[in-house]
Amino acid sequence: MKKYTNTGSKDTRSGFGDGLTELGKNNPNVVALCADLTGSLKMGDFQKNHPERFFQVGIAEANMMGIAAGMTIGGKIPFTGTFANFSTGRVYDQIRQSIAYSDKNVKICASHAGLTLGEDGATHQILEDIGLMKMLPGMTVINTCDYNQTKAATIAIAEHHGPVYLRFGRPKVANFTPEDQKFEIGKAVLLNEGKDVTIIATGHLVWEALQAAEELEEKGISAEVINIHTIKPLDEAAILASIGKTGCVVTAEEHNFLGGLGESVARTLVQNHPAPQEFVATMDTFGESGTPEQLMEKYGLNAAAIVKASEKVIKRK
Amino acid sequence: MPNTQQLEDFVSQVRRDIVRQVHKVNSGHPGGSLGCAEFISVLYQEMMDRKEGFDMDGNGEDLFFLSNGHISPVFYSVLARSGYFPIEELNTFRLINSRLQGHPTTHEGLPGVRIASGSLGQGLSVAIGAANTKKINGDKHLVYSLHGDGELQEGQNWEAIMYAAAKKVDNLIATVDRNHQQIDGCTDDVLPMGDITAKFEAFGWDVLEIKDGNNISEVIKGLEEAKSRTGKGKPVAVIMTTVMGHGVDFMMHTHKWHGVAPNDEQLEKALAQNPETLGDY
Repeated sequence: MKKYTNTGSKDTRSGFGDGLTELGKNNPNVVALCADLTGSLKMGDFQKNHPERFFQVGIAEANMMGIAAGMTIGGKIPFTGTFANFSTGRVYDQIRQSIAYSDKNVKICASHAGLTLGEDGATHQILEDIGLMKMLPGMTVINTCDYNQTKAATIAIAEHHGPVYLRFGRPKVANFTPEDQKFEIGKAVLLNEGKDVTIIATGHLVWEALQAAEELEEKGISAEVINIHTIKPLDEAAILASIGKTGCVVTAEEHNFLGGLGESVARTLVQNHPAPQEFVATMDTFGESGTPEQLMEKYGLNAAAIVKASEKVIKRK
Repeated sequence: MPNTQQLEDFVSQVRRDIVRQVHKVNSGHPGGSLGCAEFISVLYQEMMDRKEGFDMDGNGEDLFFLSNGHISPVFYSVLARSGYFPIEELNTFRLINSRLQGHPTTHEGLPGVRIASGSLGQGLSVAIGAANTKKINGDKHLVYSLHGDGELQEGQNWEAIMYAAAKKVDNLIATVDRNHQQIDGCTDDVLPMGDITAKFEAFGWDVLEIKDGNNISEVIKGLEEAKSRTGKGKPVAVIMTTVMGHGVDFMMHTHKWHGVAPNDEQLEKALAQNPETLGDY
């Protein structure tokens, strides 16, 4: 199988911060807003370099979303930064009316998504945000897998007109995608070709999917691995092509199995090419305090869980 | 610029448009619309520096945001009669496939509308955002907004009120329609809001009052004064007392016409009190 190397673990939020720093230099229309989490979101460089284009709104996310919507009028491209929980659930109606329905060019950038936020516990560990955002008409939903991809995505979404939800996380994770990658919104990335099972992963689970594929290879199972960074619009053609070949699929995401990537894949299959599917995701539950590794183990979101699900789904073919 | 009589005529026609729109589809919000007929007419006909035509960015012109989107009948009438779209289109208010949705939206591409509103409490934040962008762009034009008094019960307003003062958003004039009514009754019965002027002042705004928001001269005087106070480091709030349902005697001084349309007989009475001045659509 194709080898991927961790070039040095980094947090995806730093990919966002560094992407934003580059945008600050290259795109004078980019403005940034933050709700009292500048350090956590790694927005400090942008703030320092472009104080006139940085807006600290305090702990007031609803106001931040409204201000961002208003700032598009006159040609600015606002990037909002706060935790995923406060970027979505807390401000759903503001996003729905003032951004999505109003077709405003706002980039909602959300860190600390999912269980890997860790010790802060369930109040902050949103596992429903992909579902909330993908249900909004016109919203693009992106969940990146490593530092390099997050940086590339941050830069790419500035060029895309329309509302975008960009989801990333807190912990340092393997950095394995190319530094010079071209990020194409809505395009799946085929990481490994295989014939027995397709593993479709997003976010932090993509690296786990690669580890799982290696383990499966040792067991004589050939796994195809697809990195879906864009959950909406979904690259249905790539998914169907792969499952047409392997005949079964495991989806893997740091999100509730209700409303996440897995459901989008299932819908695609039901409409086009029904096939057995297993879900590596949280099972309609809240999280809890713990280290990221402990939580991913407890809630079954790692390579071992993907291996198990793959073996199970192959038997269902 | 129109003289006072011309503005009176304009407002009379706007009132006819309001009651005719809601009567035709037996739905919509005439009460608050009638109460704000003078204010929105004066804004578009007298106060705002507007460009010909419409583009979303609105660079180089004053902008207006309607936060209490349910008073769409008055907004649509004034927009149409200020040249943003054909007056006949008022015939399509709330009908299927119309650009004149129950609450204003950009979604159907209606010229003159820059944000969707209807879910209350969001417009002040949007207006602040637009004002921020005007500052970054070096655009000296102003941003106006209108909010219902009951709408101030939504907490997002107070986030925005705090922000605008702290960040010295002084190219913004936010007007509160103080008609003391909301759907369930008098604001003092539903949720008393106390001294709104004192609250804005306590948050650091420059506040002035228009005692009779249904008197065109007073509205002009108040808004001129508000304009003169912009650019001085504070956002400007106008607390404007109006009578819900103003201009149609049986709709006045009650919340009952907040969201109820007149029947045929009531329509005739309402129209008889507001002469056709510029031609019905």
